[in-house]
Amino acid sequence: MFELIGIPPQALFGQLLLGLINGAFYAMLSLGLAVIFGMLNVINFTHGAQYMMGAFAAWLLLGILDIPFWVSLVLAPIIVGLFGVVLERLLLKRIYHLDHLYGFLLTFGLALVIEGLFQWKWGSSGAPYPNPIPGGYNLGFMFLPTYRGFVVLAALVICLATWYGIERTKLGAYLRAATENPTLVRAFGINVPRLITLTYGLGVGLAALAGVLAAPIQQVSALMGTNLVLVVFAVVVIGGMGSIMGSIVTGFGLGLIEGLTKVFYPPASNTVIFVVMALVLLIKPAGLFGQTK
Amino acid sequence: MAETLLKVQGLQAWYGESHILHGVGFEIGRGELVTLLGRNGAGKTTTLKSVMGIVEKRTGSVAFEGKETVGQPSDAIARLGLAYCPEERGIFSSLNVEENLLLPPMVRPGGMSLSEIYQLFPNLQERRRSQGTKLSGGEQQMLAIGRILRTGANLLLLDEPTEGLAPVIVQRIGEIIRQLKGRGFTILLVEQNFHFAAAVADRHYIMEDGHVVDIMTAGDVKQNIGKLQAYLGV
Repeated sequence: MFELIGIPPQALFGQLLLGLINGAFYAMLSLGLAVIFGMLNVINFTHGAQYMMGAFAAWLLLGILDIPFWVSLVLAPIIVGLFGVVLERLLLKRIYHLDHLYGFLLTFGLALVIEGLFQWKWGSSGAPYPNPIPGGYNLGFMFLPTYRGFVVLAALVICLATWYGIERTKLGAYLRAATENPTLVRAFGINVPRLITLTYGLGVGLAALAGVLAAPIQQVSALMGTNLVLVVFAVVVIGGMGSIMGSIVTGFGLGLIEGLTKVFYPPASNTVIFVVMALVLLIKPAGLFGQTK
Repeated sequence: MAETLLKVQGLQAWYGESHILHGVGFEIGRGELVTLLGRNGAGKTTTLKSVMGIVEKRTGSVAFEGKETVGQPSDAIARLGLAYCPEERGIFSSLNVEENLLLPPMVRPGGMSLSEIYQLFPNLQERRRSQGTKLSGGEQQMLAIGRILRTGANLLLLDEPTEGLAPVIVQRIGEIIRQLKGRGFTILLVEQNFHFAAAVADRHYIMEDGHVVDIMTAGDVKQNIGKLQAYLGV
């Protein structure tokens, strides 16, 4: 069959795996964006920088304190999440009553400042992070590096856990209700401002977690989030702003589409996601899973 | 009158620049059912929202069990034991019926249990997995009332619970409100439907242009029906 279409199976499955890994990062990052947007009504342009901070936190924890990857996987998102909490309390909460544009300017500006500071301190060439599970499996039709397989599984677990937390738990019910009508939720006795801070901390922590997972695959560098986050915004637009399941499905799906494009028509692989975005916006402006209000 | 539960004095409130309440005063005793009557725009809903702290720009005094609430945010006021059922009902579409019922947190001991609430509103139990906003208008109203009964709040603020409902449902809501009074809830009811209000309330405060202009007890209503109709413009 593979000979028929003239593609060797190694190339096809190799690119599919790569697509799946990229998709895993798209999904985790767009999920955090969706959660934050739903609750804060702010499009968090700092997300890429916070993803980078997660990778850096893991790298610094290893380099300075000799803390291993598996501990950083928990510790780094908490550290960066707390940074997010401070950011929300100090800056973001002051702009909720203003137009979306101010949220955009503030979070975009913050991203530039944060990335600039990291670049100034550590340069932009990037540093390697050792692979915590080297080796791999020969599946016959392709070679699967163990760590990459782990990343895809971990991302799936993280996405589904987030979905479960939001759609099936009490805290998630507060989040969904407060997204719809914060005034009423507050009048029921729930401290909505604290809920908003917590949501932002969680969303930022999710970005940092993705950053830690990316560290052993990519170089840890100040600008590692900038290019990625551009694609992630396209994913969010395609999936529908604020939709949780939409972010997960679209993230993985677009990663795969990108991978397949690399096999069949490599020159288009960088643009295919934006072509899909344009098509979706023409046909369903609210996104595949979005609801028009 | 029984021991005072809520005492409102000189309450003024603003929406942005517009001054809506100009010194509202009234009292509710524990276990009483009191209504605010008046035409559209008299300030009834704003009064409820100001008591609840949803309208933040307010002055004067609102004391609940002797504790001053003006200046506190609405979540703190709710935790004192006040619960609010908004005119637009405020059912959450991203929550199912049971999630809607369970959303408001317990603020005091002594609230009704979920099974007691389902006994009062059997329809809600049948449809507990449905999306909240897929219910009929009457069922949504029952859900909006039902969900504030669990929390242990002893003062219920009900904003026009009969609005837009069929007469048979209005009657059912009237029965429920009487039952709740029987259970010891104190109720502040805002109504346009004066026949409904007259049938359930102990006392009526009549509002005009952001003031309370008259008070009638349930017994006074018959003699003063002409005056009341003039106030309400019916």
